[in-house]
Amino acid sequence: MNSQETPAILDTESVAVSVDQYSFWYGDNLALSDVDLNIPSKQVTAFIGPSGCGKSTLLRSVNRMNDLIPGNRYAGDIAVGTQSVFSPKLDTTDLRRRIGMVFQQPNPFPKTIFDNVAYGPRLNGLCSPSEMVGRVERALRQAALWDEVKDRLDTFGTELSGGQQQRLCIARALANEPEILLLDEPCSALDPIATQRIEELLVQLKSTYTIVIVTHNLQQAARIADKTAFFYLGKLIEYDSSEVIFTSPLREDTEAYITGRFG
Amino acid sequence: MTDPTPDAPRTTSRSVGGDLVFRATVTAAAAIVPLLMAALFIQLALGAWPTIKEFGLRFLYTSTWDPVAEIYGAAPMILGTLVSSIVALLIAIPLSLGVAIFLTEFAPQRLRGPIATMVELLAAIPSVVYGLWGIFVLIPVLRTLVVPVLSAVLGWTPFFSGNFQGNSMLAAGIILSIMILPYISSVAREVIRAVPDSQREAALALGATRWEAVWSAVLPYCSGGILGAIVLGLGRALGETMAVTMVIGNRHDIGVSLLEPGYSMAAAIANEFAEAASTLHLSALAEIGLVLFVITVLVNSFARLLVWRVTRKFGAT
Ligand SMILES: Nc1ncnc2c1ncn2[C@@H]1O[C@H](COP(=O)(O)OP(=O)(O)OP(=O)(O)O)[C@@H](O)[C@H]1O
Ligand SMILES: [Mg+2]
Repeated sequence: MNSQETPAILDTESVAVSVDQYSFWYGDNLALSDVDLNIPSKQVTAFIGPSGCGKSTLLRSVNRMNDLIPGNRYAGDIAVGTQSVFSPKLDTTDLRRRIGMVFQQPNPFPKTIFDNVAYGPRLNGLCSPSEMVGRVERALRQAALWDEVKDRLDTFGTELSGGQQQRLCIARALANEPEILLLDEPCSALDPIATQRIEELLVQLKSTYTIVIVTHNLQQAARIADKTAFFYLGKLIEYDSSEVIFTSPLREDTEAYITGRFG
Repeated sequence: MTDPTPDAPRTTSRSVGGDLVFRATVTAAAAIVPLLMAALFIQLALGAWPTIKEFGLRFLYTSTWDPVAEIYGAAPMILGTLVSSIVALLIAIPLSLGVAIFLTEFAPQRLRGPIATMVELLAAIPSVVYGLWGIFVLIPVLRTLVVPVLSAVLGWTPFFSGNFQGNSMLAAGIILSIMILPYISSVAREVIRAVPDSQREAALALGATRWEAVWSAVLPYCSGGILGAIVLGLGRALGETMAVTMVIGNRHDIGVSLLEPGYSMAAAIANEFAEAASTLHLSALAEIGLVLFVITVLVNSFARLLVWRVTRKFGAT
């Protein structure tokens, strides 16, 4: 059996996302099999594991981004709060509004910085045009980008550096005021300084948001994540507090991976 | 920009010699095209010289066309070409963009290929067949079904006033719109398909519906290329001859109403060239050809530039 949380932890934390016996196929290719995992709310949860083990697939399943892939198939269930994301009654656009996502490659729109951040609130009618300026500023401040761009909000988001673009994408997601923030290797294109800023940001944000981050940087997971899940070949191998995972993992595979003796 | 095929490292004499011959051949072949264009331009300009000398710019803005009195003003044809092409664009833009968006974003995978092929087959139908269809199908349908409604609703505007006479600007515009639809939609489809999925995902992940993602993220991303597709369609409409000649009415007059007949540059040349007897008449037709040539070359270059800029942008990302 895969590692389970102890009941004691479950009692003291509320669960933001619960994954129940979830499997996912790209056509005939099984990418995730029987994953069970509860993501606690208002904490940082990290997904780690070698390339191709299904981390992005699971992340994208939570906000139903995998719907777009032709030939996709799943089994099991994922619930956000108490509601299944696969329920036919669920409004996927509303689900995605409540779950912010930051992709591995920064993907700002070829619009101004302001319009990039204002895109979500405008789309979802979250605030009046007069409140928009404040909302955009707040999101940019939260993403630690405000000071760098406050004098040029009308330049194109695509003209920023890679690290700035990634923070712009974080700000764009935050402007929607989601409940959950999913980040897929948000720092893979960033220098150490920008990485550090984003880490600080995530630690701050966890008082208001539930954060799930996919990362290949194990030190990063150890620094910022409360809990860490280790995936291998489409299976959840071990899931526990980061302290346990990085100091005394129960499974051999986990130990091998975190000590760099893999394969 | 860096040269993608630096030839410095190739040092063996065999490859250098082969390269030289090959390069000379393809360069010559490629050079023929601009040379032909230049030759065509010079030929037309020489042919048009008598009327250019005689009428100057008046040729472009006066509307008397009298081969007996040897007075030539081409304004009705120039205007007719522009108006019929604009009517065609107004109809073809929403239709062809709709087709392109449907095929790239919404159609089930199995249907995309067949529908796209069908739309593109429209481009393979000979122009004269469109003309016949216009005479035997479109004009009767316009007369019995469409024009009564248009006159009732928009009859108060000058554009739809007066009596419908069958052959008309409206008929020409509609035929043209169908003829340019495959061009606009196939280029638009390429351009839309080249928009990275990450842009769609960004919009969807923020809570956009599929349609909102298209409207607010995909189309703005490729707006330059879409504009290029439209201008390409315009270039095509401007030069279309046969079908237009068959339904536009061929009347040397400037009418505001689309229900009335008009004339186009291409139609005038096709109709009158065989009968033109005097030097000045031939010259006037050559000058119309020159004007048409310049307009279409400019419009098409502009379109290519737009499409090229967009595809190059995708190449870089
Ligand atoms: N769009 C797709 N179509 C088909 N197969 C896919 C697709 N995306 C991912 N896969 C496959 O699913 C498996 C899991 O991929 P996933 O992207 O979830 O891995 P990952 O853990 O995020 O890897 P990485 O760390 O490299 O990002 C891989 O074997 C991959 O080849
Ligand atoms: Mg991934």
